Amino acid sequence: MTDTLTAAPKTSTGKSLRTEEMIINMGPQHPSTHGVLRLEIVVDGEIVVDVVPHIGYLHRCFEKHCEHMTNYQQVIPYVDRMDYVCAMNNEFAYVVAAERLLKIQVPERVEFIRVIMAELQRIASHLIAVGTYGIDIGAFTPFLYCFRDREKILDLFEMTCGARLLYNYMWIGGLSHDLPPDFVPRAKEFCAYFKPKIKEFNDLLTYNEIFVKRTAMTGVLPADVGLNYACSGPMLRASGVNWDLRRDDPYSVYHKFDWEVAVGKGEMGPVGSCWDRHIVRMKEMEQSVRILEQALAQIPEGDVQSAIPKRIRPNPGEVYARTESPRGELGFYIVSDGTATPYRIKARGPGFVNLSVISEIAKGAMIADLVAIVGSIDIVLGEVDR
Amino acid sequence: MTFQEIASRLSERFGTVPGIGLEPKPENPVDPYLKVSAEHILEVAKYLRDDEETQFDYLSCLSGVDLKGSLAVVYNLFSMTKRHKLTLRVEVPVANPTVQSVESIWKTANWHEREAFDLFGINFAGHPDLRRILLPYDWEGHPLRKDYQVPEYYNGMKVPY
Repeated sequence: MTDTLTAAPKTSTGKSLRTEEMIINMGPQHPSTHGVLRLEIVVDGEIVVDVVPHIGYLHRCFEKHCEHMTNYQQVIPYVDRMDYVCAMNNEFAYVVAAERLLKIQVPERVEFIRVIMAELQRIASHLIAVGTYGIDIGAFTPFLYCFRDREKILDLFEMTCGARLLYNYMWIGGLSHDLPPDFVPRAKEFCAYFKPKIKEFNDLLTYNEIFVKRTAMTGVLPADVGLNYACSGPMLRASGVNWDLRRDDPYSVYHKFDWEVAVGKGEMGPVGSCWDRHIVRMKEMEQSVRILEQALAQIPEGDVQSAIPKRIRPNPGEVYARTESPRGELGFYIVSDGTATPYRIKARGPGFVNLSVISEIAKGAMIADLVAIVGSIDIVLGEVDR
Repeated sequence: MTFQEIASRLSERFGTVPGIGLEPKPENPVDPYLKVSAEHILEVAKYLRDDEETQFDYLSCLSGVDLKGSLAVVYNLFSMTKRHKLTLRVEVPVANPTVQSVESIWKTANWHEREAFDLFGINFAGHPDLRRILLPYDWEGHPLRKDYQVPEYYNGMKVPY
């Protein structure tokens, strides 16, 4: 009797092995999905064959709430809670849309303060994006540095309106508070402090060899696919499309400042990779500081509440206004029926649209790279699900 | 191109097509829009994207609106090369809310149309994957309709308000 354990097999076992694709769920409770996102992924071993995103876990039907407001101003706190890491930019988009519907001209000082707040918020939001992206890839230290600097921006916001995260600061026609007396010197101080920090982040994370290896070849989004999916913000700019609503569909007073649009150039790999999206965010922070310095230097005097209408009843009609939020094109489509209640408000969230392209760019990636791709899109589920 | 120029170019091309329902509304306060019938939206969208003069390659936003009695779909188009914009609008009766899907023209419409289907119950013919996107798959009704009643129970659980 032969010993079956020691006898050599007559044929190679490889031929009789059967492989098949497997479906696994990433999320909704997964740290690297940045919230409650569920990705249903079809994998062939470690290779991602298909990705089906499932969203809606954080859906609050913000649009239905708006239809029950008695006033257009009451919508603003809800708008804050959409994309909760850049609440100022959300308010900005909403008030621009509402003012266009009402045909209100706001004082110059209000516009300057709004731009200052929006750019500070853009830096704060990008700091979160960059910091958490480092964590996704495995670099923990930059995250702590990012939060240290974001704290300083939140202190400036707290000084201005008392809130650190959800501000209800920009109102239709004006602002809830004027700037406190020592805001301008402290904001200037922050700009001077923050400028060298960008280089520090770049040395620590952006040009780190492991980070580059993980991100420079993954998640490549070609420009034509990005346009067809209506991607916007750093996502589209990283693919080489020179496009920024602050410059190309101007609103507020952005045309008064001298700054550049950061575009991905593919320094480390193909254009439109995860690394390009990261570097675009880093460069945008630099440009935001540039805008801030100019805005702080030429901020005019005036009353910030003089243009707030006592009674808001827009004429029947509709408007679509869009602004550049840190994540891209944030648009509000507002329909008025002539009453004080908004008839219909639709928020076109940049995260919602940018996320829809994931099944295109994640095909053929490894599971670990999928984490890098999701992180580079920089979604906030509060705004994706609304 | 201005709104008037785009509207006249479209009526030149499509003016003779029966049932096209082409109707410019330049007098709408703030944003002018162009009405198109639900059966021809795909044809018009394809023309607007491919035509040399218009080149609408970017669908900014697609929204559903309940007009009490009819449902509307609003398309906010933009052209990256020509830097002009256009708002299209389709209106369909509540009894049979079927609109041609423009997913094959602009992929971004995929999720926007699923959202309009989810929240308004607008049916997009030709959509490859028309299912609910924001609400649970077993949800009943379409919440953004003006006549929507909040259900008392969801899966046997009492809704507390």
